[in-house]
Amino acid sequence: MRYKIAELLNKSVIKIVLAIVLGFLVGAIALILAGYDPIASYSMMITSIFSSPQNMVQVLILTMPNILTGLSVAFAFKTGLFNIGGEGQYLVGCMAAVIVGGELKMPPVINIIVIMLVAILAGGLYGALAGLLKAKFGIHEVITTIMLNWIALYFNNYLISVPGIGVKNTQYSIAIKQNAWTNILSNWKTSSSGKAYLASHHTLATILLGTDINYGLIIAIAAAIFIWFLLYKTTFGYQVRAVGLNKEAAEFAGIGVNKNIIMTMFVAGGLAGLAGALQMAGSAPHALSTLATEPGYGFNGITVALMANSAPIGCIFTAFLLSGLQFGGSTMQMNLGTPSEVVNIMIGVIVFFVAVASMFTMLSEKIKKRRVKNAD
Amino acid sequence: MLTSILLAISITLMYSAPLIFAGLGGVISENAGVVNIGIEGMMTIGAFAGAAVGYFTANPWLGFLAGGLAGGMLALIHAVACISFRADQTISGVAINFLGPGLALFLSRKLFQGGTTTKPVPNQLPSFHGNYVTIPIVLLFVLIMWFVLYKTSVGLRIRAVGENPAAADTLGINVYKVKYLSVFTSGVLSGFGGAAMTLAVVSNFTPSTISGQGFIALAAVIFGKWKPHGTMCACLLFGFAQALVVILGGSNSIIQIPSSILSMLPYVLTLIILVAFVGKSTAPKADGIPYVKGQ
Amino acid sequence: MKDQQYAVEMQSICKYFDNFCALNSVDLKIKKGSVHALLGENGAGKTTLMNVLYGLYTPDSGKILINGQHVEMKNPNVAIEHKIGMVHQHFKLVEKFTVVENIILGKEVVKAGCVLDIHKARNEVKKLSETYGLDVDPDAKIEDISVGMQQRIEILKALYRGVEILILDEPTAVLTPQEIEELISIMGKLTKDGKTIIIITHKLKEIKKSSEYCTIIRRGKYIDTVDVKDTTEQQLASMMVGREVNLIVKKEKAKPEDVVFKIDDLTVEDSRKIERVKNFSLSIRRGEIVGIAGIDGNGQKELVEAITCLKKAKSGKISINGTEVQNTSPLNVIEHGISTIHEDRQKRGLVLDFPVKYNFITEKYNKPEFSNRSILNEKAISKFTEDSIKEYDIRPEDCASKPAKALSGGNQQKVVIARELSNDPDLLIAFQPTRGLDVGAIEFVHSTIVKHRDSGHSILLISFELDEIINVSDRICVLYDGQIVGEFQQGEVDEELIGLLMAGGEEKNEI
Repeated sequence: MRYKIAELLNKSVIKIVLAIVLGFLVGAIALILAGYDPIASYSMMITSIFSSPQNMVQVLILTMPNILTGLSVAFAFKTGLFNIGGEGQYLVGCMAAVIVGGELKMPPVINIIVIMLVAILAGGLYGALAGLLKAKFGIHEVITTIMLNWIALYFNNYLISVPGIGVKNTQYSIAIKQNAWTNILSNWKTSSSGKAYLASHHTLATILLGTDINYGLIIAIAAAIFIWFLLYKTTFGYQVRAVGLNKEAAEFAGIGVNKNIIMTMFVAGGLAGLAGALQMAGSAPHALSTLATEPGYGFNGITVALMANSAPIGCIFTAFLLSGLQFGGSTMQMNLGTPSEVVNIMIGVIVFFVAVASMFTMLSEKIKKRRVKNAD
Repeated sequence: MLTSILLAISITLMYSAPLIFAGLGGVISENAGVVNIGIEGMMTIGAFAGAAVGYFTANPWLGFLAGGLAGGMLALIHAVACISFRADQTISGVAINFLGPGLALFLSRKLFQGGTTTKPVPNQLPSFHGNYVTIPIVLLFVLIMWFVLYKTSVGLRIRAVGENPAAADTLGINVYKVKYLSVFTSGVLSGFGGAAMTLAVVSNFTPSTISGQGFIALAAVIFGKWKPHGTMCACLLFGFAQALVVILGGSNSIIQIPSSILSMLPYVLTLIILVAFVGKSTAPKADGIPYVKGQ
Repeated sequence: MKDQQYAVEMQSICKYFDNFCALNSVDLKIKKGSVHALLGENGAGKTTLMNVLYGLYTPDSGKILINGQHVEMKNPNVAIEHKIGMVHQHFKLVEKFTVVENIILGKEVVKAGCVLDIHKARNEVKKLSETYGLDVDPDAKIEDISVGMQQRIEILKALYRGVEILILDEPTAVLTPQEIEELISIMGKLTKDGKTIIIITHKLKEIKKSSEYCTIIRRGKYIDTVDVKDTTEQQLASMMVGREVNLIVKKEKAKPEDVVFKIDDLTVEDSRKIERVKNFSLSIRRGEIVGIAGIDGNGQKELVEAITCLKKAKSGKISINGTEVQNTSPLNVIEHGISTIHEDRQKRGLVLDFPVKYNFITEKYNKPEFSNRSILNEKAISKFTEDSIKEYDIRPEDCASKPAKALSGGNQQKVVIARELSNDPDLLIAFQPTRGLDVGAIEFVHSTIVKHRDSGHSILLISFELDEIINVSDRICVLYDGQIVGEFQQGEVDEELIGLLMAGGEEKNEI
């Protein structure tokens, strides 16, 4: 029996589940110490997600950028790189999407594809820049990407102040042209026939009119499957993983390590950039806004990737989990006054326990040892 | 003209002081072989603790000490993860960067009626003609750290542990103890850095008080080749960049630059310096590698 | 009392690492004032046993007696208190520190609490080194001094702490034959002074030259303790391995043809811009095995790195089949017919976390045989893996999808060899190909190398084990300080002369 527990502790999935449980536990302790009711808070968090179709859809909408930034971090991890630059690459994708989608007039379907490609390219180049600095100058990507995050943030604010891109006297830029929006049935639901239909179909109305429901999520899931295929079935993926597992052996076998770093960061940046494009195309105000701090999708990506142990398909699920936690946290604050930062603490704890996953391994070994000693 | 230069120096020193504190934190941790990406989180909790204690006790010195203690406690979590559990030190640092601000804002809401900003402290740290006492304190710390690291047996052992922990171990030095103490000290110094912001440069804590200073401090450590004096010079340079943002951003400055472009300055400067001056990495040899007995 | 003759007594020592039994009830008795050898193959447990004695490991059961007294060796401090010192095989020196700093680390000379007194320390070190004839430069940084001097510093570290029982772990691995003689005489001085020396080694010759007694350990078990002067090398080898050992490699005389590989005037700098390979020239013919004899650190690493393009050559030419390949890329070198078995299989040879089947294709994954328009051809990869496992008898047979780190050292090396030979290289570079392998695996590697030669290819064998070079090579070149200082055909080998040249000495001309 004890041996079975020890074996279980060693499995990666169990370690992650344990980390999540511990995150909830510590969060509960923090709440109790601060004088809030953890049970009420947690049940509000969880039930609020499912309390209305509108809320469920909201969580789904929040999940899309998290999947993509999670993939961005996970893919880079596979080659041994820590991409903290998801924030900046996301913003660069937003900026590219808005400039192309807002200034240029293109026919529908073509325009959204062009916008996505431009955003992927822009985000990819921004990521590749960090890759280049690492490959050529050996500068750690953690520092360069963080610097690039801030630069992108301030550049975003600067763009809004530029006439022609920013809208005068507002905090926003021009918006992407409406025919590029990815919202589901966006034209129909505002037409007269649509409005008439929705008047008698209440649930559908709350979803279509009350949220920004868009098909970005489908693209994000498709991206996850594509990244999985890229990583495990192609020669590029083989190269990425070989370098990540043993850079020196890969170099010795003739694999171009520096080229690999740059290309991997390009893919990672492109994924985050795509998140930016889909966010602009899918959610109001469909435009850039003046920011005081980072929007946070890039950092979410780190949590998503770590919780999924960098597995591309796993990122889909951990992204849902994260979105659920964050959504639940804000409703919890709205309805009960509980600080939403408890969710940040929970996330910090989860990441912490994922980092010390070896603790579970060590515990597992200790249990096994006791058994061996008894057997002698 | 003279007054402008003096003003520039004064603002530079004011902005540099928190960076130098944090930079020294990075120096001692990395010299003992533990990468500390979490300086930002430790500065944040230190900034909050400094502002909160400074407000409630009206005593800035108590606030300053509280800031250091808060940073140290958070650092202990990092220490446990990295030293006893051999976690990936970068990931642990990232966790600290979630926990620090998370805790700070959580407590802020609790103590300050649901707000994310603290009330201004009634008394800041003492200053002389606008130059806060944090400046001479931090310069003294630089001197002390230089002396300890290079002229004492304590420093010799710290550096040995960071370069070749196995060598230190075989000579009977307690590698784990040395690393724990170094990481704790690193947290305390980072906490001082945060408090040096909220008790001097500004007088309260907001979610954006600490935005990137921890990482700039890390870049300073690399630029300063992991030595306290080099790190100090790098921090002075970055402080100067932040001072330029203030000086050139004023409405009566000579050049008119959009404020958002100016705000980019410290970060762009960091990148340029890293590219131009870093060269071959001279990090402590065992930096970032968890020590396992018998290897 | 009889017991006090023994400086060290270890009784029934057991040590487990997780489920692996490293030491199985081992006994050891070391007489005071003697030189006692601990003999065993790689991985037999000799170093583990000494790490227990030095307090680096706590035994799971068993007792340690020092001079008749029972001692709990909780950590190295306790060992140091009992005047035990250890010089490890891989030196435990801080490279950026000076000699003095390394010697006093942990037992610093201080004034006013903890301020270092380097001046006083330097004098103490000078005194010690003069007493025992250990010549060192106190202010030099470790990264700048020779390996021989580094070892002297390790011994000084122990003497500085008043060592009475000195453990030397594989001390001669990095020394020239002359330095080995010096070490043996230093050991003699120490034992005359009443000190006890335990020497861990697998070198039979050195045991015969230096030790009075020898304890043999095999796979964690105590085998026997013998008087060295009454035991032959052959007997020692058999006890070490547990069966009859063939110490000679079987091969026919070489029949070299035309030149296939040429190095012209090659100069290579290391990472600190110091020339390590100096105006080096070499030709290798088809069908011959050329061995390079030399002590570690005389340019072998830089030579291999330059040939495989892992490092830039400062000047000179390297050509294979007439094509120049210097300063191109590792991939280019492989594609032109040079494959390498690298000295560090875990660092350069294998991706340990990849399954075995993926390790077979590290150089070929994007070639048409194993991939189709960028998509991996799993079927072809699996077939190639299975064929190789059968041909080279890699165990366990079902290891194709298991991570490479699960294989033993010998089997890991087989994977590397299988992979490199599958390229059918015109030139196979074998750099320390048998490092860390047991005798059975060594025999396999040597016979594979000879087979490759016999099928019309060439081999460049670089090894720090002189016996291996002498047994396997058709032609031997001696490398000293980045240059070839002597050449010998098989059959004309003069071991003493080679040893002299390896150390930088010069051939004496008889008048």
